[in-house]
Amino acid sequence: MNDRRTVLSGNEAIARGAYESGVKVAAAYPGTPSTEILESLGAYSGPHVEWSPNEKVALETAMGAAFGGARALAVMKHVGVNVAADPLFTLSYTGLRGGLVLVTADDPEMHSSQNEQDNRHYARFAKVPMLEPSDSQEAKDYTQMAFELSERFDTPVMLRTTTRVSHSKSIVGEAEPAVPPVKPGLVKDPVKLVMLPANARKRHPVVEKRMEDLARFAETFPENRAEWGDKKAGIITSGISYAYAKEVMPEASFLKLGMVYPLPREMIRSFASQVEKLYVVEELDPFIEEQVRAMGLAVEGKSAFPLMGELNPLLVEKGLKNLPPAAREAAAKLPARPPIMCPGCPHRGIFSILNKMKLFVTGDIGCYTLGFLPPLSAIDTCVCMGASIGHAMGLDKALGEEALGKVVAVIGDSTFLHSGITGLLNVVYNRGAVTVIILDNHTTAMTGRQDHPGTGCTLRGEETFEVDLTKLAKALGVKHVKTINPYDLAAVERVIRREARRPEPSVIISRAPCVLSRRERKVSGKPLAVDPDLCAGCRSCLRLGCPAVAWVKEEGINAMGKKRKGRAVIDEFLCNGCTLCAQVCKFGAIKGNDGK
Amino acid sequence: MENRVTNILLVGVGGQGIILASEIMADVFMEAGYDVKKSEVHGMAQRGGSVSTHVRFGPKVYSPLIKEGEADIFIAFEELEALRYLSFLSPHPSILLNEQRLNPPGVSLGNEDYPADVKEVLSQRATTFKAIPARDLALRAGDVRAVNVVLLGALHSILSIPEKVWTEHILKRFPPKAGPVNLEAFRLGKGS
Repeated sequence: MNDRRTVLSGNEAIARGAYESGVKVAAAYPGTPSTEILESLGAYSGPHVEWSPNEKVALETAMGAAFGGARALAVMKHVGVNVAADPLFTLSYTGLRGGLVLVTADDPEMHSSQNEQDNRHYARFAKVPMLEPSDSQEAKDYTQMAFELSERFDTPVMLRTTTRVSHSKSIVGEAEPAVPPVKPGLVKDPVKLVMLPANARKRHPVVEKRMEDLARFAETFPENRAEWGDKKAGIITSGISYAYAKEVMPEASFLKLGMVYPLPREMIRSFASQVEKLYVVEELDPFIEEQVRAMGLAVEGKSAFPLMGELNPLLVEKGLKNLPPAAREAAAKLPARPPIMCPGCPHRGIFSILNKMKLFVTGDIGCYTLGFLPPLSAIDTCVCMGASIGHAMGLDKALGEEALGKVVAVIGDSTFLHSGITGLLNVVYNRGAVTVIILDNHTTAMTGRQDHPGTGCTLRGEETFEVDLTKLAKALGVKHVKTINPYDLAAVERVIRREARRPEPSVIISRAPCVLSRRERKVSGKPLAVDPDLCAGCRSCLRLGCPAVAWVKEEGINAMGKKRKGRAVIDEFLCNGCTLCAQVCKFGAIKGNDGK
Repeated sequence: MENRVTNILLVGVGGQGIILASEIMADVFMEAGYDVKKSEVHGMAQRGGSVSTHVRFGPKVYSPLIKEGEADIFIAFEELEALRYLSFLSPHPSILLNEQRLNPPGVSLGNEDYPADVKEVLSQRATTFKAIPARDLALRAGDVRAVNVVLLGALHSILSIPEKVWTEHILKRFPPKAGPVNLEAFRLGKGS
């Protein structure tokens, strides 16, 4: 069955699993650590694969396909499920015809997220089963099983990964795609699919009965299995935690759970009765532990393992073997190396001006959130997709005159289309004096440059309609919409000063493509250089926080007789020639390499 | 074939080609008949931040992450980043250091100092230590981006996997016209 062996990431393996399951429609909004699933699926011909504007639309699109009897996949990061939660909870009532799998990619440790919520709770909350793979082979296999379970039990199935499963690679066997058992077609079934109260009341008992059936099924599901070893320690675990525990205590007995909701209670009871000491090893919340405790079983869980952050082999070993905290090698205090906006990034100029103007900046989710970091230090809030506009509106309504001219919202183009449109509509409708800067770099940059409804291109690279942000803002009722070039600092400052003070809704579109998009980028790419004779060592250019500009300590006097403690230099390999540093230099010391 | 798992830790700065190097390694170890797992974090990593990738191979590998204190081979693409991960080293590690310094923002701004004596610290900590001018060798091979392949050549010289398996999988990862440059980079790394 598994013919060809290849090294795949968990995300690539999920895409492979969906492809081999004959998935017909797959929809997602990009978000780390889930993004590569749809990108990989887009490399196979056959299924319709799309970037939806947001996760709610993605899940609703997948639902429609599944109502039509086709197999469908919806993919999102953990916080994306919050956006899609509305359709999810009622999809649990309607069920479906074709299998529907919802992938939630959780991010313990918040490598690239604003919180580390544990989405296993969604399975219990929405009353749907959840599978959790430990490596790439399981990621592929469980995706296929999830489609089968979805059709067999008439339920959406959640597949949960974590960053270390999504982004780790291991060996996977590949096979040819299968033809799904359900035949797609239009089949009317309004009593099941129209969730009026009268119909929904009929569906709720079906949901409860389904969960009982699934709990019975869990007892015989082959991916819930006891692996017997030494019976001194019995470890109940799943997902990546299984890999860590198996690594550090291979001799122990394991109850490896492929399905983390609903749990196989009899299997757990029987396992517990045969081991001396029972452990639950799980990342984040005590999701399994609390259910095991509710069964009246004594268990070691969060008392031995951290509640927060990622686990790793050392943490699991310490918990299982009750080791004292190891004497770590004294780590020298090293300069930090945080992520940073790229050289030539179109966001840099905007944030240098916002910093200079000392505005209160309500922020959003994207590369530009890095504008929080020094030396730009010009983001004051960041909570979730689209929130910047609501935050600015709330500040305006709470503080009125006091906030006028002192607050702006910044939001990326992809984020604006994801969930900024309704916020802006509210500003107009409820007459907010709010200025929104849309940082339009023509891509979804932070997740690796995915297309969206404003790029004119689909996930598969086909040409499509490109939404016009100016016309959209005007259609929402914004009278003042101004487009600026973010590489022209004087104009940026002039326009922001004028618009921020306006006692009406106002939108500034900062338009310049992501500097990583070589195809589109506007900056010259020709590196600039600092004239060491002219540099006065004032550090204005360094305050832009560009990785290409550095400081050399060197006390002395420049050719113009100015005393200085050092001078600036530009790395010609990193510089993209955006000219911001030349614009802020008061001494004319920064020029093109050819002297211009 | 080794019957224990070998742990390789690669560290450096986003954009240095670390992930590609680790992908080639994973393919090579699978081809050589081993089980293999590797792990790193994407997303913020592309923005010039600190990057680490774990690669593990052997008869059977469970965890994609190396346990702290158990990295057998340490490949540092950048000097400061090498110091950040010392707690991961086994008591008797082999260390391959690319002699290259990339200033982090605090150093560029003149607020912090780049650590001195990186080579001394590492050579004292290592059982086998090699400092490799990988950037110069990559330039000599014909492309500054081939730093990662130079370091793969250096890795090859301390493992016992047939050279043909390496070169085959390196060639697979590049367009045909970049083949000769990368083979030359591998050869220079092997002899470094």
